[in-house]
Amino acid sequence: MALKKMDDLTPVHYDVLREIGNIGQGNAATALAAFSNKLVTIDVPNVRVLDITQAIEYLGGPENIVTGILVRLRGDINGMMLTILQSGFVKNLIEMVFSRTPADQFDLSEIETSFVQEIGNILSGSYLNAISSLSGMCTDVSVPYVTTDMVGAILAVPAVEFAEIGSKVLFIDDCFTFSEGFHDKVYTASRSNMILIPELQSLEDLFTRLSIPV
Amino acid sequence: MVIVSIADLKTVVGEDVLVTYALGSCVGICLRDDVNKVSGLAHIMLPWSKTASEDEQNMRRFADTGITELMQQMVDQGAKSRNITAKLAGGAQMFGVASAAFNIGERNIQAVQKVLETYKIPVAASDLGGNYARTIYFHTVDGKLEVRSATKPTIFI
Repeated sequence: MALKKMDDLTPVHYDVLREIGNIGQGNAATALAAFSNKLVTIDVPNVRVLDITQAIEYLGGPENIVTGILVRLRGDINGMMLTILQSGFVKNLIEMVFSRTPADQFDLSEIETSFVQEIGNILSGSYLNAISSLSGMCTDVSVPYVTTDMVGAILAVPAVEFAEIGSKVLFIDDCFTFSEGFHDKVYTASRSNMILIPELQSLEDLFTRLSIPV
Repeated sequence: MVIVSIADLKTVVGEDVLVTYALGSCVGICLRDDVNKVSGLAHIMLPWSKTASEDEQNMRRFADTGITELMQQMVDQGAKSRNITAKLAGGAQMFGVASAAFNIGERNIQAVQKVLETYKIPVAASDLGGNYARTIYFHTVDGKLEVRSATKPTIFI
């Protein structure tokens, strides 16, 4: 049996994707800790298949302003990966690294914008590394495209490009908590979301590589 | 206030406000018969329905089939197609100019304009292109289209 649509995924498939999410988030936390010089703890990521409308609602409604970082995937896995950073995440990062509190996500200097772009790059790279270390699949990543705007318009981009998969996406919920140490009571939690839109064939190849029946 | 979600369409008779949120590369098509006071709004995502897969459920996603259905619903509610005029917004290129491959916005604009031409519907005003998202409020009382965005001042066209 072949994967015809995202809805065909079974609980075993979800477990695999959650595990990839777990490893990816671990990699991302290590990188964020190096950047911010803080202790970064993570929750177990939540992996779901959502349609675009549900994902938009989940991310705060169509008009919520977020920063989206888009990379294209080519190679053993084809598709797109979209990192969504909520305003709180962007502000926290800028505060920790540049010691400055921006008024909003638009209030960023050139170097700060480039830094945010790099964070998106690191986050998506972390997941792709998790996939390749588990499965041995090799994927090229495009340069990251970044925009800060309404989440409804940002999510429409993958929806439009991958219309043939029925507008469903793989939605990974991350929560990173930054603190000075384990006993520190002052911490900031930041949410980010990874949205993976693989071609179904790539997803099927991934499961085949891992000897999981599809 | 009537909210039109992505890849959907709605019509109203008389005074009301039709709203659709966060048009990126999507195009919002606002049609209005000023004589019979019938108005409608469609939020399309893709240009042509011939690209649809076999099990496509929602033909409102496409410019051609979306506009056709919107026209049909308006006529059913008493509009005359010779009275209908259009206002358009959206068709942006999100993620900047570096991503030419994603430029679906421009293709959407062209498709919408072509379909409206076939139906002989004049475009009274439009706010198209750019690289930012728009939320639109179509005030059917006077046909004004209010365009809001995150960083630009609100305009009425």
